[in-house]
Amino acid sequence: MITQIRQGVITLAVFTIITGGIYPLVVTIMAQALFPAQANGSLIVINGTTAGSELIGQSFSGTGHFWSRPSATGPLPYNAAASSGSNLGPLNPDFATKVRERVDAIATTGPANIAVPVDLVTASGSGLDPHISPAAAAYQVPRVARELSLTESAIMKLVANNTERRQFGFLGEPRVNVLKLNLDIDNLNSGHKLEQR
Amino acid sequence: MTINGLLQIAFYLTVLLALVKPLGLYIAKVFMRPAGEAPKPEKWIYRICGVNESAEMSSKTYALAAIVFNAAGFCLLFIILSFQTALPLNPDGMGGISWHLAFNTAASFITNTNWQSYGGESTMSYFSQMVGLTVQNFLSAASGMAILIALIRGFARHSVETIGNFWVDMIRSAVYILLPLSLMLALALVWQGMPQTFTPHATAQLVEPTKDDKGSAVTEQMIALGPVASQVAIKQLGTNGGGYFNANSAHPFENPTPLSNFLMMLSLLLIPAALCYTFGVMVGDRRQGWAVLAAMAIVFVFLLGVCAHYEQSATPMLVKAGADIRASDGSSGGNTEGKEVRFGIVNSAIYATATTAASNGSVNAMHDSFTPLGGLVSLWLMQLGEIIFGGVGSGLYGMIVFAIVAVFIAGLMVGRTPEYIRKKIEAHEMKMASLAALIPIMVALIGTAVALIEPSSKASMANPGAHGYGEVLYAFSSAANNNGSAFAGLNANTPFFNISLGLAMLIGRFGCMLPVIAIAGSLAAKKSIPVTSGTMPTHGPIFVALLIAVVLMIGALSFFPALALGPIVEHLMMIQ
Repeated sequence: MITQIRQGVITLAVFTIITGGIYPLVVTIMAQALFPAQANGSLIVINGTTAGSELIGQSFSGTGHFWSRPSATGPLPYNAAASSGSNLGPLNPDFATKVRERVDAIATTGPANIAVPVDLVTASGSGLDPHISPAAAAYQVPRVARELSLTESAIMKLVANNTERRQFGFLGEPRVNVLKLNLDIDNLNSGHKLEQR
Repeated sequence: MTINGLLQIAFYLTVLLALVKPLGLYIAKVFMRPAGEAPKPEKWIYRICGVNESAEMSSKTYALAAIVFNAAGFCLLFIILSFQTALPLNPDGMGGISWHLAFNTAASFITNTNWQSYGGESTMSYFSQMVGLTVQNFLSAASGMAILIALIRGFARHSVETIGNFWVDMIRSAVYILLPLSLMLALALVWQGMPQTFTPHATAQLVEPTKDDKGSAVTEQMIALGPVASQVAIKQLGTNGGGYFNANSAHPFENPTPLSNFLMMLSLLLIPAALCYTFGVMVGDRRQGWAVLAAMAIVFVFLLGVCAHYEQSATPMLVKAGADIRASDGSSGGNTEGKEVRFGIVNSAIYATATTAASNGSVNAMHDSFTPLGGLVSLWLMQLGEIIFGGVGSGLYGMIVFAIVAVFIAGLMVGRTPEYIRKKIEAHEMKMASLAALIPIMVALIGTAVALIEPSSKASMANPGAHGYGEVLYAFSSAANNNGSAFAGLNANTPFFNISLGLAMLIGRFGCMLPVIAIAGSLAAKKSIPVTSGTMPTHGPIFVALLIAVVLMIGALSFFPALALGPIVEHLMMIQ
C-alpha cells in the first residue's frame, strides 16, 4: 500500500510536468513558429487597430450592414469572453416567440416572395458564429443595396468575395463571413462617398 | 438528407475504419513488448517514478494502483482549482472556485467524464486549464486504456495469477499513444485557426457598436484566448470532452473550420475503434476484434441516421414561425438553433452521435436545442453504457462485459457452459459483469429520481415541461456513464447538482472499473479451453446480432419508461 502510494504520487508529479508543462509548451512554441497568425487568434488588424478576429462574429443589426445571426450570449450579443447557445428546447414557447419576432422584423426588409432562411432567425451554438449561409446573405442583398444606394450587383460581388466554399469541395457547408463582408462594404461605401463629393 | 450529407457520412466512416487496423496494430505492439526490452527513455521514466517494470501485479494490486493513482489525481486537481487565485498564469484574473464546483470538476476529470458545471473562458485560469485539467485529460484516458489491456490479458493468458503492471500500462498509454497523437492533432488544429498562446485576451474595436442588456453602449469586444489547441487535442483523443470554452467545440476558436471539425470527429472514435483491433491481435484471433467493432458500428450508423433525419426535418414550430427550413445550395436548412453555419446539419449530427457513442461529451452544437428524437439519440447512446465505441479503454471493456452477458444468455438457451475467447464464463464472472453493467444504469435512474424530488433542482431547469425533466435525465445519464455532454440549459453549478453529479461520476466509473479488473484476474487464472465443434463462435454475424440485441435490450428495458416521460412524449406533442 505504501509503495503504491509513493509510486502514484511520483508518477502523478512526473506526468503533471510532462503533460501539463512540457507538452503545452512544445505545442505553443511550434504553433507560434509555424502558424503565428492562427495561434494568436486570427486577428484582423487595420491601421494598427484590432477590428476583430476573422473567426469570431460580431453583432450587426444596423443599416448598411449585413446582419449576423442572433446570439444568445449575455449580457450582450457576441460576447467573446463568455460563449453560449440559447439552450432553448424545441418546444419551448419562448423559442417559438423569439423566432417569430425575428422573422417579423426581418421579413419587412427582405424580398417579399422569399421566406427567411432559418439560420438568420436562430441563435448559433457558440453565440459567436462568424458566418451566415449564402441564402441568408442573398436575402439581405436588396436591403443593403437600397440602404447604401448601391447596385445589387456591386453588393453581390462583395458577398461572392467573402463566401467560403465547402472545404475540398465537400466538407462542411458554404458560408459567408459577416465581419469581413461588412468591412469590405464599409470600404466600398467610403470610397463611393468620396467619389460623390 | 442531402447527397452531400451522405457523402460526408460515408467519407467519415471510411477514413475511421481505414485507420483501425494500422493504429490497432501499433497499440498492440506497444503493450505486447516485454517490459525488459523497453527503450532507454522509457526506463528512465520507470526509474524516476520508482516503478519496477518487470514486476507483475495480481488483480487486487492492479486495482489498488489504479485507485491510488486516481485518488492522488483527484487531490491534486482539487487543490489546484481551490487555490487558482494564488497560482501563476492567471493573466485575466479569474476568481476563486467554490468547494463544490472544485469537487465536481475534480471528480469529473479523473473519471474521464469532463462534465463542466462552469464556463471555461470565464472561470478557469490558464494554469488550471493546463496543469490541472489537461493533465487529467491524459491520465484518465491512460488509466482506462491500462485497465482494458489488463482485461485483454485475462483472456490471452491462462493459469496465472497476474494481469500486468498498472504503472507500465498507464505510462505506455500516455507516452506512446496519447502524447504523439495529441501533438500532431494540436498542430493541425492550430493550422486551421485554433489559438495557442499565453497572452491575455485580445480587445477589438467593434465595427458596429452594440448595446448590452441594460442598454449601455459597448464599443469593444473582449476576445478570450489561451493555450487552447494543446488541451482540445487530448480532449478529443482521450474521449474526455471538457471544452476550453463554454460553448465547447461549437466555439469558432475551438473548432474553426470543417476540416478541424472532421479531424476532431475522427479523433472522437479513433482510439476506441482501434482498440477493438488491438483486442483481436492480443487474444490471437483478429476476427474477435472485428466482431465487436461490427456490433458497435452497426448501432452507430443506425442511430446516426435517426439523428440526422430528425435534425434535417426540423420542427413544425420553426415552419409555423415562418422560417425556411428547406436544404438548398445556399443553406443547410433544418433545425439550426444551437448549430453553427460552417458545420450545418449533417456535421452537427455526426458529431452529436459520435461524441455520445464515445464517452467524449464535447459538442459542436447545443444538444438541448436538438429536436426531441435527435436529442434522444445522444441520450440513449449514453444510457447504453458508453460501449458503442465508448471511452478510451473503458468503452471496449464495457462492451466485453456485454459480450460476457451475451454468451451467458446464449449458453442458457442451448444448455451449455458459456465460453468467450477460450475461457469458461462462470458464476463469478457473471456476477461481476452484472455489476459492471447495472451500476451505471442504477446511478443514472436513482440520481434522476432524487434530483426530481429535491426542490431546489426545479430552478436549475431552463426549459418547461418534459424538456426540463429531459435535462435532468440527460445530466445523470451523462455523469453515471462518464460522458460529460449536457442539455446545457440546466444550471448545474449548484451545491446539489455539483455534489450529486460528482458522486454519480465516481460511482459510475469505479463501479464499472473494479468489477472489470476482478474479471481480468479470475479469467487469467483459468485454464484455456480448446475450441471444439461445440464451441459457439463469437466472431460471426450470429454473435454480432446477439451482442447488439443484448445491448439494445438492456438499454431499452432499463430506460424506456424514463425516456417515455421525456423526449418521446415531447416528440408526440410536437407532431400532434
